[in-house]
Order: sequence, then structure tokens, then C-alpha cells
Amino acid sequence: METIILFAPLVGALICGFGWRVIGEVAAQWTATLFLFLAAILSWVTFLTFDPFAHEGGAYTVTVLRWIESGSLATDWAIRMDRLTATMLIVITTVSALVHLYSFGYMAHDDNFDDARESYRPRFFAYLSFFTFAMLMLVTADNLVQLFFGWEGVGLASYLLIGFYFRKPSANAAAIKAFVVNRVGDFGLALGIFAIFLMVDSISFNDIFAAAPELAEKEITFLWTTWPAIELICFLLFIGAMGKSAQFILHTWLPDAMEGPTPVSALIHAATMVTAGVFLVCRMSPLMEFADWTQSFIVWIGLITAFFAATVGLVQNDIKRVIAYSTCSQLGYMFVAAGVGVYSVAMFHLLTHAFFKAMLFLGAGSVIHGMHHEQDMRNYGGLRRKMPYTFWAMMVGTLAITGVGIPLLYLGFPVGFAGFVSKDAIIESAYAAGTDASIVAFWGLVAAALMTSFYSWRLMFLTFYGEARGDHHTHEHAHESPMVMVAPLGVLAVGAIFAGMVFYKPFFGSDASVDKFFGNMKVEEHALAEDPVSPLMLGAAHAAGEDGKEHKRAAQVPGQGAIYIAEDNHVLHEAHLVPKWVKLSPFLAMLAGFLLAYQFYIRRPDWPERLAENQRYLYNFLLNKWYVDEIYDFLFVKPAMWVGTFLWKKGDGATIDGGLNGLAMGIVPFFTRLAGRAQSGYIFTYAFAMVLGILVLVTWMTLAGGN
Amino acid sequence: MFLDNLLSIIIFIPLIAAAILGLFLRGDDEAAQNNAKYVALAATLASLLASLFLLAGFDPDDTAFQFVEEGDWILGLTYKLGVDGISVLFVMLTTFLMPITILSCWDVTHRVKEYMIAFLVLETLMLGVFCALDLVLFYLFFEGGLIPMFLIIGIWGGANRIYASFKFFLYTFFGSVLMLVAMIAMYVDAGTTDITALLNHNFGTETIEVLGFQVLGGLQTVLWLAFFASFAVKMPMWPVHTWLPDAHVQAPTAGSVVLAAILLKLGGYGFLRFNLPMFPVASDLLADFVLWISAIAIVYTSLVALMQEDMKKLIAYSSVAHMGFVTAGIFAANQQGVDGAIFQMISHGFISGALFLCVGVIYDRMHTREIDAYGGLVNRMPAYAAVFMLFTMANVGLPGTSGFVGEFLTLMGMFQANTWVAAVAATGVILSAAYALWLYRRVVMGDLIKESLKSITDMTTRERAIFVPLIAMTLVLGIYPSLITDVIGPSVSDLLDGYQTAVADFSATSQFAEAGGE
Repeated sequence: METIILFAPLVGALICGFGWRVIGEVAAQWTATLFLFLAAILSWVTFLTFDPFAHEGGAYTVTVLRWIESGSLATDWAIRMDRLTATMLIVITTVSALVHLYSFGYMAHDDNFDDARESYRPRFFAYLSFFTFAMLMLVTADNLVQLFFGWEGVGLASYLLIGFYFRKPSANAAAIKAFVVNRVGDFGLALGIFAIFLMVDSISFNDIFAAAPELAEKEITFLWTTWPAIELICFLLFIGAMGKSAQFILHTWLPDAMEGPTPVSALIHAATMVTAGVFLVCRMSPLMEFADWTQSFIVWIGLITAFFAATVGLVQNDIKRVIAYSTCSQLGYMFVAAGVGVYSVAMFHLLTHAFFKAMLFLGAGSVIHGMHHEQDMRNYGGLRRKMPYTFWAMMVGTLAITGVGIPLLYLGFPVGFAGFVSKDAIIESAYAAGTDASIVAFWGLVAAALMTSFYSWRLMFLTFYGEARGDHHTHEHAHESPMVMVAPLGVLAVGAIFAGMVFYKPFFGSDASVDKFFGNMKVEEHALAEDPVSPLMLGAAHAAGEDGKEHKRAAQVPGQGAIYIAEDNHVLHEAHLVPKWVKLSPFLAMLAGFLLAYQFYIRRPDWPERLAENQRYLYNFLLNKWYVDEIYDFLFVKPAMWVGTFLWKKGDGATIDGGLNGLAMGIVPFFTRLAGRAQSGYIFTYAFAMVLGILVLVTWMTLAGGN
Repeated sequence: MFLDNLLSIIIFIPLIAAAILGLFLRGDDEAAQNNAKYVALAATLASLLASLFLLAGFDPDDTAFQFVEEGDWILGLTYKLGVDGISVLFVMLTTFLMPITILSCWDVTHRVKEYMIAFLVLETLMLGVFCALDLVLFYLFFEGGLIPMFLIIGIWGGANRIYASFKFFLYTFFGSVLMLVAMIAMYVDAGTTDITALLNHNFGTETIEVLGFQVLGGLQTVLWLAFFASFAVKMPMWPVHTWLPDAHVQAPTAGSVVLAAILLKLGGYGFLRFNLPMFPVASDLLADFVLWISAIAIVYTSLVALMQEDMKKLIAYSSVAHMGFVTAGIFAANQQGVDGAIFQMISHGFISGALFLCVGVIYDRMHTREIDAYGGLVNRMPAYAAVFMLFTMANVGLPGTSGFVGEFLTLMGMFQANTWVAAVAATGVILSAAYALWLYRRVVMGDLIKESLKSITDMTTRERAIFVPLIAMTLVLGIYPSLITDVIGPSVSDLLDGYQTAVADFSATSQFAEAGGE
């Protein structure tokens, strides 16, 4: 079944991409979509029936084919199924299937192409399906090289889809930027893989996890000095995660990636691909737990990204860019969670975020579709009557991302939209972790929550409320999108409302429930599991901590279970015991953000303009995204081109060739005279020299051979 | 049994065909031209077919030379051929690519017979290099192979062909002279020209004095340097690489394909056959030097490639960068490094060959290689855009293509040898993405605005057919690289065992000497 889930999208992509001439465009699109739905259904079956305790180490592996083998390096194409993989499977296939369906409507007509002449739709569907396949390869990998395959595969799909409108120079530029910036991250990831191979002599997850405790004791010489091996490895892997998940300093490609068609933004640049970095950090939790320094680095980067992206999101005018920065910011939240050691919470937010962010993007796509590809929110306004379904979908998404819920009410789970439950879990965990970085992160994330609320409501108010602005004609023709586009929104809305509450226990419940869900086996249980004892006993292994006594975690063996939580990591437990004001603070921040937005965009629509006038420098600073792109252009792009030209003209041209030509002027005329004819002189000279050489060799040998 | 002479058969089929063409084909009308092409194609295909028997009969687990042929030759010289796990795949690469090369010049009309003869002779000589087990024979094939290449560039090349072949000559000449001297020295030292015997001969490592310099590693170092000079030029390594871009620019498409896909590999093969196994101590002493030049080469040429205005030059510089991975992998001297280097050479044969063919496709239509002359080709040439995309991605080492496996393994090998070098070389992965995708964007993407391109046509059936085997190999080797690593693994492992033993012995004795000296 795992194999079918994995290869169904690939088969769909191939049939759709190459077979459409035979079976027709529409049939090709349906083929891709149906294969995706098949994968989605099977993924849910797998997710719901998966029992980690039925397998050694909470995971099992299906080997498909041998791959790279060299000396002690041996890798396979394989499927590793554990709880992390199962969770990612449902996220990826569900969103992907819905996006496929949605694309029927969205791509039905596109002004960028000539409908009569160009068959862009099968190409689009094939790319989408191929992306899904690559993403599945990434999450089902049982070793780092296969993960790297998926990692770069999704990068390729992203490149192709961002550049889908190949006639637009901006789309082409954005596509290259996405690929190259991701490559910077891949550079770190690759070095991390090499370092692991050097230390562990294997790159399969099972071996790496088993070696984690020893690795924590070792040192590695890298570049100019010696490092604690595990810190260096985790740091390098995280560089990769930063690239893929668009974290600060490597984030610049994500906003530009919005050049792609909107379904792409929803699937790749919101729900799935950009969360690969978070997945990687969670997947490597057995190493991360031993790397304290890197962990706090992750917290800092996550925090800075969450904050930075939120500030930029405040002032953007393009509807997709607002959501893009919002994605960037939410990914920062996830990294903070992973950094403080609550990997389950990071995965929780990944899951809920996939639903509500995909929905926001698809909703935005619906608006853009209805408004004839107008993306500037300043030209929207008053659309809620024209597009009621879209409006309600966006409303659900906004309620979810801003974190609306009933604070302090607990019915076995908190009551609220998905984002409320998972985001608050992160903020509480950050507070509970209690390190310097995490306390700063707590305050930073609360501030970011305020801004999240502000820009999300700003988007809603500008788009759906107030007067219609911009082109009169466009507004007259604004229309609700067809059913194929609205229906996926409905499904996602269900997720955005309920995902938080339904999945609260397994991701952010008690230690016991989280351990049970992820199949994290304790040392003694691990021993038990060796002889087949009923897995039923395992769940209740320790409930002692719940009643206020000092909390103790039983020791877990790294690699036994989908995530590893070190013995001294009590954050998950303590996050439930934080003071009431901590639990309230994100809610209050959300409320404040909403009221501010209401004041600015409903009650006094002239204020934003005036504030921007008064704070011209701050406004420009934010509008220009902290000038990061300009700085990079100055620091990297221009110098690279200058150095390239310099090395070419001065290095190759003047120095190397110059020197040679100088040398040659002395020698060559002699030879050409020798050979007589200038035209083919060199060739004869050469042949002559060679024959001469052989003669010398032979003579020498006959003479010397006689001895 | 014909298998006894299988290597000779593979090697000399093209030469015999060339002789037939030269002696019996008369006239220069269209019929004669076609005959020349068909004879050439048939000969290269026959050679390919014969080489399939070679592959089928080859036993990878046997690390000794196989299919060995030995006989007396003129002037008391020995004729000795054989293949092992390291060379057999280069033979396959050559026989596989030559029919494709012949097909790619199907539209040539200028002195077709001579053109075909040049390629056929070239094939024989290249195959000979990979199979020769005698120094003199090796030298003959190695240096002789350049003559047809000179002719191909010099007669069928571009406007500035004389300058290009002059540069080519100048570079290779000095290397050849040094190698020749080194070979004589080897003969004097070992008393034989048999390569199998030389591989087992221990060349001296006692420190000697040359021109007032104390040379650590003694005779090995001197010989190593001489061979290195010759192979480094052929590779080509930085800073002796500048002949390659010019040669590529002036060479006709088919010439570029052979040059990039096969001729460049002679240097890498030379390192593996001579420098590493015969002079292990010197290799070890100079490894860091080679690793660093390779790392510099990768970054330097990638940056230069970024700024090129001529498509062929860009790909040529990219080739130099990829060869940097090869040399670094070889002298990392561990299983992953050397496996990766061989893999990279084979894979680069398919990928760079295909890229030069891609340039050829549009050059045939527009007669310019200027990047700025193109733009928006995808509008009229979707099939071409797809093929070019695939090979661009293979060139930047996307996993799933063969380009990835070589790059990944060599980098992994480098990392174990020297983390600095690995880190610097790995930046090449970023730069390659930049120059390759930028090239693709400027040529293929965008709207089709230029008037001259408005009537350009997509690839013909023949052009598509040429790419099919290359696409297949690039993907198959990317997905199932064991096809190669299974064949080369045992031989490489054997080579490295010998290498490690020699290096360990040397450091033991030199420590002993130091201890005794105190």
C-alpha cells in the first residue's frame, strides 16, 4: 500500500505529462487527479490504522530498489513508515488532491496562454503530480540521500511551477532565485550528510539514530577547528532546513515564488514543500536533542523569522505576498517549537497550518480568479457580497490563523480554531522551556501574533469590506468561482476548524498520549517489546507526572519511536502548567491586532495613509522587506558577476593566455619554419614530435633491452 | 574463439572501416557522401555490438586484467591489451557514444569522407588508450588521438580554428614531452614496458636531489609530476584549461561531443592507471595540492561560466568545473571519491555530449552560438525545451540523474580527505545552478520576440532519436547507479588497498629512518 501511495502520483504525472496527446487534455487531467485521490485515501487508511507498537522501533521499511553503493556507503530506494511519515502523508496527499481538483477551475482559462494553440493544462497537472511524488519521496525516505532526492526534486518542481508563466521575465527570475537560494541551503544539508557519513559510516536513519548518544561525545575537525560532532552536524542540517523553509537570511525566494499560479502557492509554498525543513528537524530529533547550542540557534532563527516576516506582512499590498510572508512567519513558529524540544508541537502546527494556509491561498486564488488576475488589494473592496463562499472560506482561514478560540476553556482539549490550539501550544512551550532564547521567543511570538492578527484582518477588510476600489469594469464582472474551486475550500475549512481540537491529544496532550501516538518506546518497554507483549500495556506506562508531583520522563532509546525526547526534556509536560496570563497572552494579542485593523481599515480608512506619510522611513523599510534583496544583490550577486568577469578577462585572458602567448611567440615560429606550411603547420609539428618521441623511446629500449 | 581477440576486434573495426573508405570510396557526390556516412555508422555500431560481448563476458569480481591479448609487434615491442573494472566502462562509453556522434553530423556536406575517416580513426585511438597494457602502445594511442582531433577542428571548425588548434597543440606538447621522458625513466627503472608489471613495481621513494631541491618521495614524485603535467592538460585542470573553451568554440558539433564526452576522460583515466597505483607515495604527498587546485578550478570556472556570452564556451567552462570534481575525487583516494570520479566521468560523457548536441541543434538552424541571439525558444520548440531542461538539470547534479551520483560521491570522498576542499568545492553546486539555469532562461524561456527566431522549427525525428539513448542513460544511471558501481567497485577497492599499503609502508619506513637518525 505504501508503494501505491508513493508511486501513484508519479504514474499520474507521467500519464498526464506524456500521454495527453493520446488520451486528450481533459482525460489527462482527470487521470492525474484521480491518482492523487487514490493516494490520499490510502494515506488516510495508513494513518488511521498505523500502529507503531506493532513494529520494532515504531517503524518499518519497505525496500524498493538498490541505489547508490560505494564501499561502506549503501543506500536504497526505500519507504520508511512511522508516525512522522504517516502524518506527512495525509498532509501532502490531502492538500495535493484538493489542489488538483481546484486547478480544474483555476486553470480553465489563463490569459498568459493562447488556449487554441497551447496545451498548458496537462503540463500544469503533470508538474503538480510530480511535485507530490518528490515530496512523498522526501518524507518516506529511510536514509538521508533519498531525503536529499526528494529535497531537490521538490525544488525542481517548485522551479518549474514558479516559472510556469514562462513569458513573464519576473516569473523566470523568481524561479531561478528559488532554485539557487535553495541550493545554498542544500549546500549545508549536503555537508551535514557528509559529516554524518564520516562519523557514523552510514546514512540510514536507523544507524544514525542508534549512534546518536556516542556521537554526542565525539568531536569532528571541520575547516579551521574542532567542533562537537553533533552540534556541527545538526547545524549543517539546519542550514538546509532554513533554505527549504524560507527562514531568515534564506527567505528571500519565498515571496518572489508567488509568481507561480496560485494553486501552486497553496500546495508548494504554503502547505507542503516549505514545511520540509520543519520535518527534517523533527525527523532528526534523536540528534537534535543532544545539540543544545544548535537548538537555541534554531529558536533564534525561528523567532527572528516569525517576527521579521510579520512586520513585512503588515504593509504589503499584493494579496499573495501578504499570505507568503504570513507563511514565512508561521514557519518560524514551527521552528521555535522544534528548537525548544517539542517536536510533536512543531508537527502539530505544521498539520493545522497546512489546512488553513492552503485555504487562505486557495481563497485568495478564488478572489484573483474572480477579479481577472488583479492581485493588488488596493483595487479590491466590498467583495463579500459578490463572492460569498470565498468570503466565508477566507473568514474561516483568518479565524484559524489569527488563533480565535475560547481561552482557558478545556473540555479534554482546548476549544477553538486549529491555529488557536497549535499556535498557543507553541507559545506556551516557548515560555515553559525557560531558557534565555525561549523567553525572548515567547515575547517575540506574542508580538508576532498581534501582527499576524493585524495583517490577516487587514487583508480581509481590504478585500471583502468597504467600497469597491480600482477598475470599475473588473468589479462589475467579479464573480464567484465554480464549484470545483469552492468545494476544496469547504473540505479545507473542516480541517481549519477541527484539526486543532481533534489532534490535540496526540500532538500536545500528556507525555503518555504523545509517546503513544508517535510510538516512542521507553527503555524498559523497549526491552519488553523484544518479547511480544500486548502493546496495550504500553500507553499507561507513566501517568505519575500528571498530579503535580515532580515530573520524570522514562529514558527513551534514540530511534525507538518517530521522535526522540531526551530524559531531561520536560517542556511538553511543563507547557501545560504555565501561568494563566501566559495562556491568555496570545489571545489578547490576537484581539489587539483585530481591533487595530478594525480601527485602521473599517472605522478610519484614512489612517493607514497618514501613518505611512508620518513614518515614511519605517514604512519604506518594511515595504522594501528590510532591503534584504538589495543587500544580497550588493553582497553576492554583483560581486559574483564582477569576479566572474575579472577571472575570465584578466585571469584566463591576460594572465594565463597572455603568459602562454608570450612564451609561444618565441617557440612557435621555429616549429612552423620547421614544418614549412603555416596552415596545418601545428598538426604536422605535433605528429612529427610524436613520431620522434616514439623513435627515441624505441631506440632507447632496444639499446637498454640488450643489457 | 573470437573472444580471444575481442578487444582488438572492438578497437580496429573503425580503423578498418576508415581504410576501406579511404581506399575505395571515390567521388564527392551525394551518393558517395551517404555511403561514407553509412559505412561509418555501421562500423561504429559493429564496434558497439562487439563491446556488448565484452561487457557480458566481463567478471567484475575479478580484479585482474581480463580479455588480455599479448603478442610480439614491430621492433621488439609488445602488443598487449586488456581491461579491468576501471577501464571497461570507458570502452563502453566510447563505443556507445560514437554512433550517436556519427548520426549527429548527418547533415555535414563538406568533405564528408574525410570527416568520417577522422572520427573512425579517432575512435580506434581512444579505444586503444583504454585497453593498452604496454607503455609504448599507450603513448602511441594517447598522443595519436590528438591528431584526428586537430584535423577535425582545423578543417571543419569555425573561423578562428587555427588559433584554437595552435593553443591545443601548445598545451599538449609540453605535457607529452614530459610524459615521454617519464616513460623512458620508468623503463630504465623497471626494465619493462608492460603496464601490469609496472603496476606491481615499487618505484623508489628515497628522497633525491633534483637541481638543488630535495624531492620528498624521490623518483615517484618526479615521475608523478611528469605524468601529472600531461594528464592535467588533457583533463583539463586549472590553470591549464584555457585551450578547452577555444577548442570547443571552434570545433564542429560532433567534434565538441567527442572532445567533451570522451577525450577529456583520457586524463582522468591516466590518473587512475598511472599516478594513483604506480606512484602511491607521491600521490599521497601531493594529494592536498591536487585537491586544492581542483577546488579552485570548480569555483573559478563556475564563476567564469556565469559570465559567458557564447553557449559553447559556457558549457566548456562547466566541463572544466565538473572535471574538478573528478580530479578531487581521484586524489581523495578513498572508495567514494574514486568511485565517484569514475562515475562522474561516465555520466559527464552522456550529459556534456548531450548539451553540446543541444547547442548544435540550434546552431544548425541559426548559425550562431551567441546567447543573446536567442530567447523564448520554448514557444516554438517545446520538445527541444524539454530535452534541454533535462540535461541542464543533469548538469547541475539533480538527484535522479546520473550527474548527482558522481558529484555526491566525489564530494563525500573529498569530505573525508579534506573538509576545507569539500566545502569550497560544494559551493560549485550552488554556482552551477546559477549559470546553468541562467543560460536556460536566456535561451529557452521568455517570449519569442526576435524576428529571426519566428520561423525556427522544433527538432526533427533524427535529432530526437539521437537524444533518446542519452536521456535513457542519464536517467537509468541516476536511478540505478549500481550498474556502474558494481563493475568498478572491486577494481577500485583493489587499487586503493595497494595504495594504502604503499602509503603506510612509506610512512613506517620514514618514521623508522627519522627515529634511526636521532
